[in-house]
Amino acid sequence: MMPVLLISDVLLFVLIALTVTGLVFAARREPIRRAWRNVLSDPIAMAALAVLMVFVTGAILDSLHFRRALPPAAVVAPAATTAPASTMTSAKTYYSVEVESLLDVALGDPRARREKSYSAPFAHTLFERQSVDLGDGRRARQYPRLKYGAAQLKDPEHDKASDIASRAAWGVTAALGCVCVMGLLIGGGIARRHRIPLRVALHRLCEGETVLAWRAFLASSTILLVVLVPLLFLSMHYHVFGTDRVGNDLFHYAFKAMRTALLIGTLTSLVTLPLGIGFGIAAGYIGGWVDDAVQYIYTVISSIPYVLLIAASVLLMQVVIQSHDAWFDTAAARADARLVSLCLIIGAISWTSLCRLMRAEALKLRELDYVQAARAFGVTPLSIMRRHILPNAFHIVLITLVLDFSGLVLAEAVLSYVGVGVDAATISYGSMINSARAELARDPMVWWQIATAFVFMVSLVLAANLFADAVREAFDPRGQGATRRRLRRRPA
Amino acid sequence: MSTPLLRVEALSVSIDTAEREIRPLDEVSFELNEGETFVLLGESGCGKSMTALSLMRLLPEGGHITRGSIELQGHDLCAVTEAEMRAVRGGAIAMIFQEPGTSLNPVLTIGTQLNEVLSLHRQLEGRAAFAEAERLLNAVGIPDAARRLGEYPMQLSGGMKQRVMIAMALAGDPRLLIADEPTTALDVTIQAQVLTLLAELQRSRQMGMLLITHDLGVVAQVADRVGVMYAGHLVEIASREQFFAAAAHPYSRKLFEALPEGRRDAGPLATIPGSVPPLDKVFTGCRFADRCPHKYERCDIEPPAWHIAPEGQQVRCHLYDPAEKVDRTSTQEAKPEIRSSNEEPLAQTETPLLEVRNLRVHFPIKRGLLQRTVGCVKAVDGIDFSLHAGKTLALVGESGCGKTTTGKALLNLIPANDGDILFRGTRLDPNRPQNWQAARKQLQMVFQDPFGSLNPRMRVAEIIEEGLIALGLEPERSARRTRVEQIVQQVGLRADMLDRYPHEFSGGQRQRIAIARALAVSPRLIVCDEPTSALDVSVQAQVLNLMRDLQQQLGLAYLFITHNISVVEYLADDIAVMYLGRIVEYGPARAVLNTPQHPYTQALLAAAPRIAAGTQSKIISATAVQGDLPSAAKQPSGCHFHARCPRAEARCHVESPELAPCKEGQWVSCHFVQHVGEPKPS
Repeated sequence: MMPVLLISDVLLFVLIALTVTGLVFAARREPIRRAWRNVLSDPIAMAALAVLMVFVTGAILDSLHFRRALPPAAVVAPAATTAPASTMTSAKTYYSVEVESLLDVALGDPRARREKSYSAPFAHTLFERQSVDLGDGRRARQYPRLKYGAAQLKDPEHDKASDIASRAAWGVTAALGCVCVMGLLIGGGIARRHRIPLRVALHRLCEGETVLAWRAFLASSTILLVVLVPLLFLSMHYHVFGTDRVGNDLFHYAFKAMRTALLIGTLTSLVTLPLGIGFGIAAGYIGGWVDDAVQYIYTVISSIPYVLLIAASVLLMQVVIQSHDAWFDTAAARADARLVSLCLIIGAISWTSLCRLMRAEALKLRELDYVQAARAFGVTPLSIMRRHILPNAFHIVLITLVLDFSGLVLAEAVLSYVGVGVDAATISYGSMINSARAELARDPMVWWQIATAFVFMVSLVLAANLFADAVREAFDPRGQGATRRRLRRRPA
Repeated sequence: MSTPLLRVEALSVSIDTAEREIRPLDEVSFELNEGETFVLLGESGCGKSMTALSLMRLLPEGGHITRGSIELQGHDLCAVTEAEMRAVRGGAIAMIFQEPGTSLNPVLTIGTQLNEVLSLHRQLEGRAAFAEAERLLNAVGIPDAARRLGEYPMQLSGGMKQRVMIAMALAGDPRLLIADEPTTALDVTIQAQVLTLLAELQRSRQMGMLLITHDLGVVAQVADRVGVMYAGHLVEIASREQFFAAAAHPYSRKLFEALPEGRRDAGPLATIPGSVPPLDKVFTGCRFADRCPHKYERCDIEPPAWHIAPEGQQVRCHLYDPAEKVDRTSTQEAKPEIRSSNEEPLAQTETPLLEVRNLRVHFPIKRGLLQRTVGCVKAVDGIDFSLHAGKTLALVGESGCGKTTTGKALLNLIPANDGDILFRGTRLDPNRPQNWQAARKQLQMVFQDPFGSLNPRMRVAEIIEEGLIALGLEPERSARRTRVEQIVQQVGLRADMLDRYPHEFSGGQRQRIAIARALAVSPRLIVCDEPTSALDVSVQAQVLNLMRDLQQQLGLAYLFITHNISVVEYLADDIAVMYLGRIVEYGPARAVLNTPQHPYTQALLAAAPRIAAGTQSKIISATAVQGDLPSAAKQPSGCHFHARCPRAEARCHVESPELAPCKEGQWVSCHFVQHVGEPKPS
């Protein structure tokens, strides 16, 4: 087995490292810590966080890539025909060209479950009739049994319902078990932190009296686990969300698309942040020709329709990637390069809104007395921007970051739908919707592909938006985030 | 006597927030008769504005009246419905707010906003409404009223806006006018005009007026009766004469003692230790006990009841309980010794610490597509002054006269267009940064707003050491920390406060931090830009004391920029009076204050409300200047002051007077002053 590190993996891990460093830094700064505590004491934010954690876990699992070693026998044959140096082959191991991830292992090998074509959720036959050789020379058109879905059942018509029920019941039991363990862990954590007995801690947890809204977190996790764990159990024997045109399991695809969505949402900000912050603060603080130049650039960029600009850039990148095939040793690497370049392109275009906000804030802050005082000490402009402007404008960065995230996820879907999005080999919600659109017109309708993509994407975007809302409220100085107005009820 | 116009009985208000219950008003009772002015006096956070808001039943979210009654002309306002209350607001009771700039809607014309009130409360529409609006604007002294009705708020000056606000308040023909700090945001000359106007209107309409202020000078000028508030309580109710003759409550007395007015040589000002207690706690004894110099055991146990003081005023203090045998006149504090007066100017042969020659700061006005310069704002237009080590020069003038610009130009925060700044005889060249870097150790600045001048994301230690790092003074970390701790103690803070953030400090403490930051680099001269104008009187006294102590210990020179004449009196050695970018009078403090020569200086001194007037009968100063400060973009020809000057002649319209010495010792630029020397060549 050979671990594979794709470009996007590296960037994702860099991003995670940055986030962790940021959190450590924030934990030492009292005002920031208080704002985050406010975010996490909001029940809606905590519930959204649980949903987001599922997506992040999926994305991380899917970012640990590797290539399997091929069995030696399979290697020798081609090697012998092509290369005379067959003595070398015994010493060298060859690896599969397929790049797999931990998620693939967890959900089962996708290739082994590929059907011929569409099949509905929990079906045991294909969606369409096909001519089947009945064995005695006769052919008939019928619904063929699936190779994988419900293959363990002798008489699916009769047994399927009870089989599904019993497996689902096991799943629910396991999920509730997980919830109990989680509850105990959280309760134990609270008990240790406040030095109170576990029973009291659990009581507070159930009453929702903890400082952070753990009860909402637990409730939301319960719902997620009770839905997802049985589905996971069932997916071992069924296509729980059906299959697409070429027979791929959509449950598996929905999980694979999490990584794409998150990458687009977060990697893009790696590009927008330095551009937006740097140009914005420089324009606002220095002013003069710097301000003029930055303003012209972002006015021009934001006046070109972004789909057009992105389409042109993506096609350009596509040509570059295709003409340099040698750069990539696997198809996955090539698809990944396209994903990363898409992030870069979207990022290079969407920094303007952050830049505009940062410029306005810097313009306001530069007139404040503490900036004047720093200038009176002869502090250099660079360190004024770093020490005085940036920290006081950082809430804007954070708010824009979380608010833009959902917009970017949706932008990916739009771009893939238009056909200038991710590579065809990359699984994303946008490409799922794109390939499903033609089938919506047929009768009976193939609804499950678009439904799956829709449900997953909406959960991600909704959770991100709700979380962003709480973050905005906690960090926005005008919103009085520090003292959210929750009025105590008076007896009338 | 008939029923009073307004009777407030045991009014208590509480505000529920998520964390706690705040009780900003507790058992407030007072009466107000027709044609009477009742002034509520107190520091910020004492519940003055909350009283006004609860009279209008406009309490903030979560606030409610827990007990007590408000009776207006015999009707209980607590009992009426919200719909009936709307008719009262703007009708029987009208209110004027502190900030005229934000009280008017910027996108509606003055006429529209006035007509709204007229149609609501007087059912006047169309032509009749416009006629009435014009009459109202005339009544509040706005010239050319018919034209003004079609203008937008941004076209009016601050004083004009406040007049419009008053006109709007009068539109409903109110019986009671509530004015919440109506002149705090205005300049002294405008303040005098507005106060005069309010007094006249009240007299002619026989309205009751409830005026809220923190300024004893305003009280002295307009009050009939005074109520002193402290921490949600009324602690003293007195007539103006009683109050100014002998304030009874220890808090009221402290307020008087903290005033710097007329106390040039009287040593440190009295301060009130501590701050107003938070209003969410439950008080067992007297609320002022913790800060009171006369405190004794009973004060902690039992809340004081109302007693009658010898002069006849009501006071809420145990000292006046007939059962108590306490000598309440003696103060435990020893009177601070009189500072040896050092009035002789230093030998003028010595090189001044700072010398400014012909300083000009002009801001270009750019218009049009190509941003061509079409004119300029002459914020500072050729000023000269000098300042010796250990001395204080006060730069006095109304807002917009270029005081702050001068201060910032001295530190090169705003580039000067022309003129020389000489520091210890060497010229500071704005184009040579290394030259400035050295000067920055010597020249520092303290800003007006203690809430805006400290970076909220930095700890106090980081704020103070910033200058040391930037100027490379204490490169070693531990030495720097020692230095910072030492400075913090010098300004009266504790070293353990260094790791806190600015928001944990009160206004006065923040200003101490700002002073510490400036002191850290051991400057010789500190430019103080209105350092006390955002502070309460008692805190202002603390900061002024500190500044004076530091000056004596370290031999600092201050360039003190202010509009507050009484602070000038306390601190300044020399005074320069600025008007529209020029110095109109400049000389030793005593001469300028006692024998002002320029008509503007005279008007400024006359307009400043003084507590000395409090014991006399109410007089409205007639010498107050008329009109507003002209815009610095369109400077008048000749003498800048001629449009507002009571003595202006034809000559003043064309010929600009030079700054020249006069026989009282100061330099004056006025055609009517007998000069005894030649003007400085500029």
